[in-house]
Amino acid sequence: MLISLFITCYNDTLFPGTGKAVVRVLERLGHTVEFRQQQTCCGQMHYNTGYHPEAVTIMRKFVADFLDAEVVCIPSASCVAMIRDHYPKMAKEAGLEKEVAALLPKVFEFTEFLTDKLGITDVGATYPHSVTLHTSCHALRSLQTGDRPQRLLKAVRGLDYLELPASDQCCGFGGTFAIKNAEVSTAMLSEKMKAVLSTGAEVCTGSDNSCLMHIGGGLSRQRGTARCVHIAEILASEEGDQ
Amino acid sequence: MSIRVGESAEAATFPKAAKKLLQNTQLRRNVRRATDTIRAKRAKVVEEMPDWQALRTAAQQIKKRTLRDLDTYLVEFEKNCTAAGGKVHWARDADEANAIIIGIIQSHNQKEVIKVKTMTSDETQLNKALEAVGISPWETDLADLIIQLGNDKPSHIVVPALHKNKSEIRQIFLDTMGLKELGHTPEDLAGAARNYLRERFLRVKVGFSGANFAIAETGSVCVVESEGNGRMCVTLPDVLITMFGVEKLIPSFDDLEVFLQLLPRSATGERMNPYNSIWTGVTPGDGPKEFHVILLDNGRTKVLADEESRETLHCIRCAACLNACPVYRQTGGHAYGSIYSGPIGAILTPQLQGMEHSTSLPYASSLCGACYEVCPVKINIPEILIHLRRKIVESGGAALTERMGMAVAGYTLADSGRLATVQKLVQIGRQPLDAIGLPGWSAARDLPEIPTQTFREWWKARGAK
Repeated sequence: MLISLFITCYNDTLFPGTGKAVVRVLERLGHTVEFRQQQTCCGQMHYNTGYHPEAVTIMRKFVADFLDAEVVCIPSASCVAMIRDHYPKMAKEAGLEKEVAALLPKVFEFTEFLTDKLGITDVGATYPHSVTLHTSCHALRSLQTGDRPQRLLKAVRGLDYLELPASDQCCGFGGTFAIKNAEVSTAMLSEKMKAVLSTGAEVCTGSDNSCLMHIGGGLSRQRGTARCVHIAEILASEEGDQ
Repeated sequence: MSIRVGESAEAATFPKAAKKLLQNTQLRRNVRRATDTIRAKRAKVVEEMPDWQALRTAAQQIKKRTLRDLDTYLVEFEKNCTAAGGKVHWARDADEANAIIIGIIQSHNQKEVIKVKTMTSDETQLNKALEAVGISPWETDLADLIIQLGNDKPSHIVVPALHKNKSEIRQIFLDTMGLKELGHTPEDLAGAARNYLRERFLRVKVGFSGANFAIAETGSVCVVESEGNGRMCVTLPDVLITMFGVEKLIPSFDDLEVFLQLLPRSATGERMNPYNSIWTGVTPGDGPKEFHVILLDNGRTKVLADEESRETLHCIRCAACLNACPVYRQTGGHAYGSIYSGPIGAILTPQLQGMEHSTSLPYASSLCGACYEVCPVKINIPEILIHLRRKIVESGGAALTERMGMAVAGYTLADSGRLATVQKLVQIGRQPLDAIGLPGWSAARDLPEIPTQTFREWWKARGAK
């Protein structure tokens, strides 16, 4: 399968390791990955903050960039949620209904791509660490990824999976919310960190580097005993990596 | 027009109010405890309903239909209520409503009124208006009584004194009820409130209530509650005045079936409310001799006019969204500067009061979607929050720095070459950024290390190999 990777602006700039991991997993499974250099962003930040015209411009670009792709894989649940939940409505205003309708069924979040599109839970990974999972709100309520990430993690050799308490509770990132309401955001974060640390896990993973940057930033500030790692990086790991 | 939602126009911005409240660890503990309890109860009684999702959809459809033909249903309600002996008044805004109520009370030469939970009267600041003309309002809902005696403000739609614990309530009663002694158990506190309230129930000749539902088909009004104080308020006095927002209408009596299943389970985690009062006009020899209804607009028709957000008016005030909200959980209700707090408050107050007064409220959410998930009438609160944010930005209500930042980001992200240039700048700027931190972010969180190579650079280099 020729898989087009939409890395997202955020991962591209701040978490290239996640992109490399996605490539490693998909290629290990025998697929070909393409990266369309003209890609940029899904428009989520602008849309969620109220900057509609900018978001529409970025949507137009995304649609143009990926319309003819065979399948698009995205290592970010919130960007997929943006595309699935909001593009159809935005497309109506932008006269792109047909294009968006054609594109949507080809767009997958990384973990759902593995489990649903490829039908795989064991990706041949080894990761000898204790891991807990933070399910982002977009993965939980919009994509409804359910137990897909858990199934993938539980199939990883050497991985000790630890359940996160109150896992349906938002971590407090929320995009520009983390800055506009920094105090409330960090109050929410402190509850999340408490939950993560209560598991005793070395690693907190998830399918959104945005949440993980927030949780990881808090853990690092407190010199906590856990760190955050994107799920793609765990699934890419092989014997001898760690 | 004097459209207002209490003092929300003068309230501090959400982040400012929240910052202060976050320091009140006792309040936060009370809020966490209370919302955890209600959430668990709700989850249990919702789970046992095989047709919960179908009920939600039915409620949403009934409300949609009501709002679509609201003009017809309101007139139908007026006709049927009047035929049953009620008097219907229409109030465009807060001042009109208060004037009508004062006029009714004064026409009976009364100086007191017993009230049971009416959020609309908080909107219109009725108590203040009554006191200004020498009429004493007595709140009879236990939680509202605690708020009134403690000179406090409600912090929750269903449980207004949720931010107070038992010992704080005991102290308020001791300070204000003139008691010689008071025990420490919930029974002791309830007993003290009962004695205090019974005296007023038996003495005061005018009652005032809100309504959960008003039925167009029959002209009936429905109030649900847990304490029975509401029942006393609407049956004991000679004169009863009931005020509610125009969106409280439902078309037919049968529609109640849907809402009386959804509301108690969503609000208090009960299968049924202990008291369900439904009355139609007046009945000689039974209950009030005179019954007035005030249909309040106070900005609601303005909300109705906006197709994108009119479903805000579907709300049945169950507060499930407050209990589920991780933001409310941290701050409690006072941060929202309005009788309507939590996620529903964040969309309702700005629309009623006017966006210019509450530009921070639509941003008081991480858009996690927990509110939408539990809403019994399926109000897509996150969507409406985003819609309101758009309105704020379009009307120039966003800060200049934000607008500039977003414009630059928009320009950058419209082209991959520009994005690559900015990424280079970020890499160059990483050391100074590490040193000074990012305002807002870095107070409690470290920034991630900024990689020396972006993904697209890595990909290019990889292909070149």
